[in-house]
Amino acid sequence: MSSTATGVRTALYERHVDAGARIVDFAGYQLPIYYTGIVDEHNRVRRSAGLFDVSHMGEFLVTGPGALETLERLLTNRVSTLVPGGVRLSFMCYESGGVVDDLLIYGLEDGYMLVVNGANREKDLEWVRGHLLEGTELHDVSDETALIAIQGPASETVMRGVTGGPLSELGYYRFRRMDVAGHAVLVSRTGYTGEDGFEVYGDPLQAPDIWDALLESGRDQDVRPVGLGARDTLRLEMGYCLYGNDIDETRTPVEAGLMWITKLDKGEFIGRDAIRRMKEDGPRERLVGFELSGRGVPRQHQDIHSGGRRVGEVTSGTFSPSLKRGIGLGYIESAVSGDISIEMRGREVGATTASLPFYREGSVKRRK
Amino acid sequence: MSQSGLRFTKTHEWVREEGGEVVVGLSDYAQGELGDIVFVELPEVGSSVSKGDSLTTIESVKSVSEIYAPVTGKVASVNDALDAEPGTINTDAYGEGWILRIELSDPGELEGLMSSDEYEKYTKG
Repeated sequence: MSSTATGVRTALYERHVDAGARIVDFAGYQLPIYYTGIVDEHNRVRRSAGLFDVSHMGEFLVTGPGALETLERLLTNRVSTLVPGGVRLSFMCYESGGVVDDLLIYGLEDGYMLVVNGANREKDLEWVRGHLLEGTELHDVSDETALIAIQGPASETVMRGVTGGPLSELGYYRFRRMDVAGHAVLVSRTGYTGEDGFEVYGDPLQAPDIWDALLESGRDQDVRPVGLGARDTLRLEMGYCLYGNDIDETRTPVEAGLMWITKLDKGEFIGRDAIRRMKEDGPRERLVGFELSGRGVPRQHQDIHSGGRRVGEVTSGTFSPSLKRGIGLGYIESAVSGDISIEMRGREVGATTASLPFYREGSVKRRK
Repeated sequence: MSQSGLRFTKTHEWVREEGGEVVVGLSDYAQGELGDIVFVELPEVGSSVSKGDSLTTIESVKSVSEIYAPVTGKVASVNDALDAEPGTINTDAYGEGWILRIELSDPGELEGLMSSDEYEKYTKG
């Protein structure tokens, strides 16, 4: 199937084409949106495991004696207590408290690795570069880093077939360097699906080998590649935010309900004062999850109504293959909850606000 | 079921003539573009339709598509099975995935539709 996409190809492009992927442009890259179908791939991850090419993510190395203080000022989460082998989720914010990006920070032996959204790579690089304290080095290693994620309850079983590394001792949001399919990689127990899983950072030249080895190891569990379409339905079932939809420079961690990665009691960081003020005053709008009572699929930018007037807007919407109904996230006036309606192509469809996650059977909770 | 013998519209509906009625569905090409279909709104049986009218919406995980009346007439029946199994359009667009039947007012309207070969060229071009 020929593609009219124009972005950069990852090291796994040929694999995706051979597997019959529908390729689209995403974050400047050519990536598979699906192979066999979004629902099929989504269900496979929940039931067994799937492989994701997420090489479009950006990776930065921040090292040197100034690195800790630089990052402590840039990130909303605490960095000083991040030990080697640990991973944390964090925001970077503007002075206004609006979000620059959400990212993972890895505590390396000799510094830190930031993993940022692919679409924000240039912006984030400039932002970090513009705030480097003395004695800090910043290297964008995104082009030298391929990233493969395996997600699903069978992930550990599949990984055991390709590595002798200490998987069962590798806890959630921890990482280790190990050999996978004979190649030196960094493996973290992280993911964006609500299932157990691993993310494997390695050399792009070795990515096809690692990809093939994982598929081979996963043959008995019927492990297959999974595209961006199912990645979105999986994360939305967990209520995870997507930058550009649910969070952006106009939204703060307070409104997004993500204060647990925003440590107001640590030292000064960019945006702290604005965030503290908004937390004290109470945000005018807050991010909620909702489920449709009627038929239809909610979509970004649709109006949310309550009590006969517009109270907000949908930021992410999809059909949940696990719940078999429309679900979504959106910002609504803080006082509103319960019964709402979504305006979908001229029709009001009833919905109710729901606590997150929508999907509660994920294997990420059952892990030891 | 194959697509030869069917006629097609520029908006990706297919029709199969059966006596004074046509069976109408969405082409295999279009269902591939839409992806997994999750809801199908079915029109009311007995309603009158004119060629080009929007008949129904088909909602997939990633987008929405309209089905337009390929001919003028009256809705004779609809495929209720699509209520519970909308994905049948994905798996069998020309067979079990049929959407509705229209009682034809003007059989002449069928002449203006594309043949299977013409539609092939249309979607490739």
